[in-house]
Amino acid sequence: MAKNVKIYSTPACPYCQKAKLFLSELNVPYEDVDVSLDSQAAEEMIQKSSQMGVPVLDIEGQIIVGFDKERIKRALGL
Amino acid sequence: MYDLIIVGAGPAGITAAIYASRKAMDFLVITKDIGGQAALSGDVENYTGYQFITGPELAVKFEEHLNKFNIKLKENEEVIEVKKRGDFISVESDKGAYEARSVIVASGKRARELNVPGEKEFKNRGLTYCATCDAPLFKGKTVAVIGGGNSALDAGLQLIKIAKHTYVVNITAGLGGDAVMREKVLMSKDITVLDNARTMEIIGDKMVNGIRIKKEGKEEVLAVEGVFVEIGLIPNSEAVKDVLKNELGEIKVNCSNETNIPGIFAAGDVTDVPEKQIIIAAGEGSKATLSVFRYLAQQRFQ
Repeated sequence: MAKNVKIYSTPACPYCQKAKLFLSELNVPYEDVDVSLDSQAAEEMIQKSSQMGVPVLDIEGQIIVGFDKERIKRALGL
Repeated sequence: MYDLIIVGAGPAGITAAIYASRKAMDFLVITKDIGGQAALSGDVENYTGYQFITGPELAVKFEEHLNKFNIKLKENEEVIEVKKRGDFISVESDKGAYEARSVIVASGKRARELNVPGEKEFKNRGLTYCATCDAPLFKGKTVAVIGGGNSALDAGLQLIKIAKHTYVVNITAGLGGDAVMREKVLMSKDITVLDNARTMEIIGDKMVNGIRIKKEGKEEVLAVEGVFVEIGLIPNSEAVKDVLKNELGEIKVNCSNETNIPGIFAAGDVTDVPEKQIIIAAGEGSKATLSVFRYLAQQRFQ
């Protein structure tokens, strides 16, 4: 069963791009939320992570701040 | 014992690794991340062969090129000490200890910190070092950019389109940077430039809600919800022991990328090479590996 993966990102953020590329390489489908366009989602991201930096990944409720390959893999159970 | 350890995987480290692969050296790359500052750059229009590419895209190209070779790579690992011991060099990281006959230090530069109270507590809680990344989160808010050079001007201009109002807090008497950008900043009604203003403290509750500044002897608090620190870069050279550095902390190298310690080489932005450019860092990386190759060959004859 595929895990529910959401990434909060901004368009110009290099680590967001790297994180998305990494998920694609792992063949993990994800929902990309552009917080520069969606201020409600931006608020949601700040609530979940208690901080304001992107990217933030929500993997089945596990919140990962920043692009951290090892933590992403662990959260995905890979 | 490796022939070579390369510290860092930005343009210099990656190019050094590509050359080392092609010379069939037994080597290891230890790095915090891949792409280095290139991955954080905006538009790149001066890398030969690419009329236009973004920094992150170029960094991906570098990584793909690196991955073509089957190299030993330790990512997410930070080197804490490089030191010559007898006829080899020890490299200690936050995850292990290694030995090599030679080392190329290509650890680049990082954003300079303010070193004021509140900075660490509010990092990513309204305070950021990457305007490109985080500016969109400050839509409709009042923010401050700390700095007065090109990167501060660039951040200020990005924020015009996003923030409600932007203060540029500049410690010197007037803004530096390129004239074109400076004019745009000074002309904008959405930016207030505060010269001769020193940032004393970042204040807030859960998130930033202000900064305390000192301007012409008087302290005041600016109510801001975002702080963008853009006060330049410092070299990641602290871990390298006994090598000569200049007053900026950059490792001194000669034109063959040798430091004063035989076997320790350095390349790219961490060195005192006169210009800091992606293409220069890449060229320096290749030069460093070729120097290492020659050095190792000479060692074997002894």
